[in-house]
Amino acid sequence: MTSYPRVVTKRMEEHPDDSHTIKRYQATGGYKQARRAVRMTREDLVGLVEGSRLLGRGGAAFPAGLKWSFLAPGRPSYLVVNADESEPGTFKDRQLLERDPHQLVEGVIITAVANEVHHAFIYIRGEYAKPARRVQKAVDEAYRERFLGKGIFGSKYDLEVTVHLGAGAYICGEETALINSLEGLRGEPRLKPPYFPAAMGLYNQPTIVNNVETLSNLPHILEGGVDEYKGLGHDVDTGTFLFSVSGHIRKPGNYELPHGITWRELIFDVAGGLREGRQLKTWIPGGASAPWFVPDDHLELPITKDDTAKAGSMLGSGAVVVMDDSTCVVRAAERIVRFFSDESCGQCTPCREGTTWLEMILRRIETGQGRDVDIDLLLDVSDNISVGLAWPPKMTTICPLGPSAVSPIISITKYFKGEIQAHIQRGVCPLA
Amino acid sequence: MSRWRQETRERARQIMARYPQKRSAVMPLLYLAMAEDGYLTEEGMAEVAELVGITPAQVLAAASFYTMYKREPVGRYLITCCTSISCMLLGADDVLHALEDAAGVPHGETDAEGVISVEHAECIGACGGAPALQVNYELIESITPDKARELVQWLRSAHPEVVGTDELQNLFGGSPSFDWAIREDFGAIGPYPAFSPLGTAAPVGGEE
Repeated sequence: MTSYPRVVTKRMEEHPDDSHTIKRYQATGGYKQARRAVRMTREDLVGLVEGSRLLGRGGAAFPAGLKWSFLAPGRPSYLVVNADESEPGTFKDRQLLERDPHQLVEGVIITAVANEVHHAFIYIRGEYAKPARRVQKAVDEAYRERFLGKGIFGSKYDLEVTVHLGAGAYICGEETALINSLEGLRGEPRLKPPYFPAAMGLYNQPTIVNNVETLSNLPHILEGGVDEYKGLGHDVDTGTFLFSVSGHIRKPGNYELPHGITWRELIFDVAGGLREGRQLKTWIPGGASAPWFVPDDHLELPITKDDTAKAGSMLGSGAVVVMDDSTCVVRAAERIVRFFSDESCGQCTPCREGTTWLEMILRRIETGQGRDVDIDLLLDVSDNISVGLAWPPKMTTICPLGPSAVSPIISITKYFKGEIQAHIQRGVCPLA
Repeated sequence: MSRWRQETRERARQIMARYPQKRSAVMPLLYLAMAEDGYLTEEGMAEVAELVGITPAQVLAAASFYTMYKREPVGRYLITCCTSISCMLLGADDVLHALEDAAGVPHGETDAEGVISVEHAECIGACGGAPALQVNYELIESITPDKARELVQWLRSAHPEVVGTDELQNLFGGSPSFDWAIREDFGAIGPYPAFSPLGTAAPVGGEE
């Protein structure tokens, strides 16, 4: 098997026993870049990150440097780290939080300095108690070394960091919902505009919201420089990308890879292929929100942002969920739609009502109560949530949660219509 | 007048000091209120309201949004079984049924002794170690229906003061999402996350 260069998982790979300690972190070059950043200008730092073309790793792949450049100047500003990882199939940030928390803290310091932030928050989903303990310990250690607090690294720069626990709400991964949550409110997404918290965010002040993996890349961009970082990637997709591979696969796990390899390589070479005697039926290329791929059309496709978008899906949060030929697609779609129905915040009618109806229709098909009109009905309800069923989805709602629930419906009606029809006609799963 | 112990009030003060605005402390204070009463009571929410200077209705509005704030009594051990896509593909529904059967209650409920609550949850971020569950938010990856039954029996007979993820994983788990490698010395003391600023993380084994 080809080996690929590691960036954000290198330390945990080479030092599995103590990659989370400040001792190991510093012994492997840690905090040198944060120390350097404190003495650099905002322009230089933003320029470096813009030059690296680092794309956000939270799912939307928004250029991190561009996001920073939107920051409204001259007012107190905040940094919020989005560690509310909850997209079904995604568990990459958990590994970064648990195994290399100082790498994140260093990324926080660099980002704070670049954006003149003096108070940063790390918002970790409530179910991640162990990762939160690790991050809190790392933050405490960094305070002790005076890498955080008053006058960091002997400079005049002050930086406070608060680790904050969520409480079980997927929608708080949406950045404006996350900000509301951090203000002690219900975690409901805010109306846009303003489109970017960089204009108006936490306490209505300019706020940068970045994902854990995004920030974990920063020390490496500073260390190796823009060209080296770009060289790790593939064309416009610079750097590496963490894939969380799960489902019916021999070797599930997080894999740090460059873009540009094919889906066949990822599923069969890297992740070991399917279980004995099983065939690949379909897979989700980028988290529960993404339309599915099938072997005949997509297995030889290179994994890049553009190729995936052209094929009508996205790499999203990097969650690859593999399903073999034993999978009932009605049941799989029902499970994903149920997720969005459960997690809908309820503000927008198309999402609140639409996801509920989709879930009920799928469940009745699954339990043998399906009707012939149900496939059309699924598509009709979906069309009311996201008009035209286009990709990327059209929005009828404040945030993309509702339109995401349409992805599994589009996928199963496109690739597995016969199976759904058989399910409806026989009143049981045709695979049973 | 506060019902909370001096120690809890001091903890609340420290939590509020971590935020530029008091209201931002609502979420951690709600966990603190749960730890004080075992679940989130009306009195607990009123306490939080007074501390941050908002109305109890505003606190309830926030609290009712999040699934981890339990406004009904829960068991000493809250078993949260993931049934989202990756776990479902690898048999999570059978694990949930085994839990319900062993605990003698359907999911969403607590046994008569108040020891075990069973719930199902959406993705808990352990998809590489599916199917997965948590006990008081401490993770077990690659569990089986049989191991899930054993877990319920073990919690009932051993009654651990602190549940730690390493011990749980060793006793009941299988292959994890990724190599845990590092020993975790802290665990949970109740049905809320074990996190040091909340005072809810205790050393596994009991001694400081």
